[in-house]
Amino acid sequence: MNADYLISFLASTAGAATPLVLASTGELVAERSGVLNLGLEGIMLVGAVAGFSVALHAGSLTLGLLAALLAGMALALVFAFLVLTLQTNQVATGLALTLFGIGLSAFLGRDLVGQTVTPLPHLAFPVLSNLPFIGPLLFRFDAVVYGSLLLVAAVGWVLAKSRVGLQIRAIGEAPASAHAIGMPVVKLRYASVLFGGALAGLGGAYLSLALTPMWVEGMTAGRGWIALAQVVFATWKPRGVIVGAYLFGGVTVLQFHGQGLGLAVPAEFLSMLPYLATIIVLVIICRNPQTILLNKPMSLGQNFRAD
Amino acid sequence: MSRLEARPEPSRAMMLASPLLAALAMLATGSLLFLFLGQEPLHAFYVYFIKPATTAYGVGELLLKATPLILCGIGLAVGFRADVHNIGADGQLTLGAISAGCVALYFDGVDAPWLLPLMIVTGALGGMAWAAIPALLRTRFNTSEILVSLMLVYIAYLLLSYLVHGPLRDPAGYNFPQSKMFGAAATLPLLVEGLRVNAAFPLSLLFVLAAWFFCRHTFAGYRMRVSGMAPAAALYAGFSAPRNVWLAFLVSGALAGIAGVGEVAGPLGQLQPSVSPGYGFAAIIVAYVGRLHPVGVLLASLLMSLLYIGGESAQIELQLPSAITGLFQGLLLFYLLAADLFIHYRFKPRVRTIVPPLSETPA
Repeated sequence: MNADYLISFLASTAGAATPLVLASTGELVAERSGVLNLGLEGIMLVGAVAGFSVALHAGSLTLGLLAALLAGMALALVFAFLVLTLQTNQVATGLALTLFGIGLSAFLGRDLVGQTVTPLPHLAFPVLSNLPFIGPLLFRFDAVVYGSLLLVAAVGWVLAKSRVGLQIRAIGEAPASAHAIGMPVVKLRYASVLFGGALAGLGGAYLSLALTPMWVEGMTAGRGWIALAQVVFATWKPRGVIVGAYLFGGVTVLQFHGQGLGLAVPAEFLSMLPYLATIIVLVIICRNPQTILLNKPMSLGQNFRAD
Repeated sequence: MSRLEARPEPSRAMMLASPLLAALAMLATGSLLFLFLGQEPLHAFYVYFIKPATTAYGVGELLLKATPLILCGIGLAVGFRADVHNIGADGQLTLGAISAGCVALYFDGVDAPWLLPLMIVTGALGGMAWAAIPALLRTRFNTSEILVSLMLVYIAYLLLSYLVHGPLRDPAGYNFPQSKMFGAAATLPLLVEGLRVNAAFPLSLLFVLAAWFFCRHTFAGYRMRVSGMAPAAALYAGFSAPRNVWLAFLVSGALAGIAGVGEVAGPLGQLQPSVSPGYGFAAIIVAYVGRLHPVGVLLASLLMSLLYIGGESAQIELQLPSAITGLFQGLLLFYLLAADLFIHYRFKPRVRTIVPPLSETPA
């Protein structure tokens, strides 16, 4: 294996990791506020199709990303309304959202199959991008890759240091007490779920606008679920999301580079790796109940009604 | 100032009415959607929801498609009752199809009456084995059964794809990724000549009865219901949570596996790269719309099956996109969850109450 190959392997890892970074960070905020949204897979699919459709028809990738963000929020709003206002079961509603999103995205994308857009351009920094080794590894990604990393840092700071972050953590741990001292539990949960939906939509659009610039039915291939697992892997801490997503990005890329790396394994088995890795990582994290108990938001998945 | 008022106890009437409300809301939305797609709503409605059931062939197809939904739906409902969420029925179905397919191909050319029963048993075991993984990881390592069973769906799809592209590919099949056609002894008998509905349908009805008996009249079924409704009470009574998880997964895995056998030994007649258009996922909707009750699951399966058949007929006759089916399925579950609100709450009309002045109150 030569250096060029290693560089291209590591560089494509960042691309494969970015949808997970986005979707997991959003879900992390929602879960910190106490809401488990199992609908990520559906939101990502709708984001992918909305972003692709708008980018194709309007000829603007920026508008495409914006559309995906709004589509993700719209779907998250449906979820939030059912769960937060109508008090439906979070697990059932999340599953419904995924099934609905799969159907809706296939419906909206029925005329888009087979079309392509120019993918998100890679940035070129003066001097830096041309450095040997360092250049392609660090300074030749598209804006969303850098943006997603900044976003994780920002979310980490907001959750840890800001007033609203403290409130989100409080309503996730003890909604009744938070409500009693006057925190707007339902409003903050709405905001957190919408934020999560926006990022999941964006993560979906990154698939259809950057990673493989086209629309294929079911193109998320379980990334929404992997993103959910990533939140557990990260033990609900933003920096863990980056570690997990880049680890998984690497595993995902392995299936495309398997032959080149001299792995004489059928393609299907290489494609199984991300799913297998998810299961293995979940087992490692969850086998110690203490880790989960200490970090998991106490009210996760439980509805709260102020009356 | 909430306009929703909690009912003192869940309304039984609403519990039965809300699936109907949800179905009506879905039909109404469907009509709007037809209008939006430039179809005459009444005609489209007829083609989609009524016409498929007007011919004997259509009814046969309806029962054929309902069969895997009934089998998977019943299994999932048993688990959901105990708050055990098996989301991976499609993977268990696929493993059932693979195991039964291997048996059929191994005994290719054998014309014996024991072949079909052997396939059904192997298929059930295959589904159970696949379902045992999330059960084991959940009970042993506390790993979310939702995520694990789901990841296993993708792994099962890839495994099937590997087999039909590789070891199980028909050597005389012009390189198509599919196995040899199964022999007559490995194919389920048809119920009525000319229709495709086969013996798997009456078999699924037997399981409806068995599930009803299990939930209603056995102590294990009672334990599972209590664990789902009142986990604290179940803990206090000493009901074992791991046992519920195992039972739920093994039952639903076996039934999903049998559903897989029904597909490959039925309409497909061979292993193909995909044996299910998402029956395992549609069965989640079936389980909820059927109120997690065996008879409800049966009715909900027929409704979901109608959505599949109607989607096909609308695609052929009206050139409507086939993706409408998935959209309707998702909508149905959304509306059901929303309508379920009225089981626990009722709308309180906002009445302006005038408080009489103190002096006028009768003493």
